[in-house]
Amino acid sequence: MESWRKNPAVFWILASPGTFWLIAFFLLPLALIWLMSFGEKTSITAYEVTGTLSNYLRSFSPVYLQILWKSIWISAVATVICLVIAYPIAFGIVFAPARWKPLLLLLVILPFWINLLIRTYALIAVFRTRGYLNFTLEWLWSGAKWLLTPIGLGGFFNERFVPYEMLYNNGAVIAGLVYVFVPFMVLPLYATIDRLDRSYLEASLDLGASQSTTFFRVTVPMTMPGIISGIILVFIPCLGSFLTPDLLGGTNATMIGNIIERQFKAANDWPFGAALSFLLMYATFGALALRALFAKRSRGVDI
Amino acid sequence: MHINSPRFRPSRRGFLLGSGALAVGLSVSTRFARSEEEKKLNFYNWDTYIGETTLADFQKETGIEVKMDLFADNDELFAKLKEGNPGYDVIVPTNDNLERMILAGMIMPLDHSKIPNMSNIDEPFKDATFDPGRKHSVPYMWGTLGIGYRKSKIEGAVDSWKIVLDEPKYAGRISLLGDAANVIGAALKYLGYSFNSISPDELKKAEEILIANKKNIKVYADDNGQDLLVSGEVDLAQEWNGDILQVMGDDQDIGYAVPTEGSLLWQDTLAIPKGAPHPENAHAFINFILNGEVGAKIAETIQYATPNAAAKKLMSKEYLDNPAIFPPPEVIAKCEAGIYVGEEGTRLRDEAWTRITAA
Repeated sequence: MESWRKNPAVFWILASPGTFWLIAFFLLPLALIWLMSFGEKTSITAYEVTGTLSNYLRSFSPVYLQILWKSIWISAVATVICLVIAYPIAFGIVFAPARWKPLLLLLVILPFWINLLIRTYALIAVFRTRGYLNFTLEWLWSGAKWLLTPIGLGGFFNERFVPYEMLYNNGAVIAGLVYVFVPFMVLPLYATIDRLDRSYLEASLDLGASQSTTFFRVTVPMTMPGIISGIILVFIPCLGSFLTPDLLGGTNATMIGNIIERQFKAANDWPFGAALSFLLMYATFGALALRALFAKRSRGVDI
Repeated sequence: MHINSPRFRPSRRGFLLGSGALAVGLSVSTRFARSEEEKKLNFYNWDTYIGETTLADFQKETGIEVKMDLFADNDELFAKLKEGNPGYDVIVPTNDNLERMILAGMIMPLDHSKIPNMSNIDEPFKDATFDPGRKHSVPYMWGTLGIGYRKSKIEGAVDSWKIVLDEPKYAGRISLLGDAANVIGAALKYLGYSFNSISPDELKKAEEILIANKKNIKVYADDNGQDLLVSGEVDLAQEWNGDILQVMGDDQDIGYAVPTEGSLLWQDTLAIPKGAPHPENAHAFINFILNGEVGAKIAETIQYATPNAAAKKLMSKEYLDNPAIFPPPEVIAKCEAGIYVGEEGTRLRDEAWTRITAA
């Protein structure tokens, strides 16, 4: 293909719709929110950009930092679980027979066809005290009791099955986040593992390395770009999520996303909400810079 | 049209002509909108909050076609209109939100001469502290905030906020609402203060009691306390009377009470936002809703308390005697209407709520 430099007119014609879209619907609104974060409210509906740093100062007060910290660790745990679940899935899809691959990939993205809100409500129906999971457990429990009582092991069982309280705690939030974001981890991992040159693996095994040594010293380093991309794709939206903690979380499940949402709605404090959003943005930029650094150092498969 | 011809399909040229005509049609209709309004009305309402045939009946009577959009809460309504009216003619804000919108200059004053049915409004609702002289709004429905509970699981009467706010007996089986104003408001009421207090001292005490008893609360539910009650997840839920009423019909074991310390008395109103494209139709619509028969049909469907005296006359005894719809007068006397507490008050409440949820 000839270089765009030789034919700049064609380049600009092709690039302008995308550029326009990016500027008008991404950079411009973002810039407005950024300016707003240096503003002050002047009335119920208006604010003025005064260059004040008070919104940022306010967001550094302990209670918000505590919530931010909590959001970070919840997101981190969810991301790690996603990685552990997604890696074998991605590996399985790569090494599956070619005719199965499209179907398996389709299964991974299938949940996106259903609205997030509905999926989350479905999770509630599964996890609640009188939910499907507890029904299943109760069924297994009474089966086991029926089997074990005649041989004298009935003493391990209570009179009645006590349902597990699985909803409305941090565990439920993490489970909900993992459920929602696993596909975002599978897809980049699949992309890198798929392009992995398998002769390296064969070489490692031929030279006497065990399967696990090969995995940790060859496969993982070579798929590191995919791992980092997956981590970023999962961690960042987790950090900003508000629906999942709202619906699945307990009384202290507030994440920074909930606080931001409230500033734009109930609290009606857009400048403060903007400042909190941009704190998250800065964290995101930091993560992306880190990714760029890793990509430069790594000799893994590019994606 | 050649519907039966399998080969029929619109030509591209035909499509272009059609869209051109559409564009012309739009510009014409906006040009003439000033002199005589087109027969249209954009109604922005809560979900399941109108009679089954109300909109069709209105169209039959006036020829005005109503397009109804739905919002989920007052914050959504406010946020949608904050940056300018996107084209709604009639909205249904709750009293404190209405007050805020009036103060922000977002609501058009009503022309009472065009709403003769205002005479149907029940005496206590003819005037309102949040809208003196009813200059900007008419009442649509009203109700209370209270406690929904599972009768078989609760010993004794549910008559105080104590049972959900300051009582370990039902620990882990309680849900409260998920927003600052109503949870803090209930705690303030329990402590004997005003539901609307923004005194830092009183807010502090409310915050302390909520944090100290947080371990008893299972979840701060965003308006789905009735579902939690039905599914057995909780046995006590702070909720709106209408939400509990919806599930009481199916589950006889669920009850509703307004605590004797008093609670919040809310009122949803009909108002016309500034910039409404069809203000004449909006007045006609509001007048239609205030008609006795129309109001009765709506109340029958949605089972909220109507502020319409003419409609009340037509309602069944069962509806009028239901304490979950019309609580006893002595309880009502202790209740307060929510007021708009100002931006600083809102911020104080929100910060207290952040500390409560983070604790």
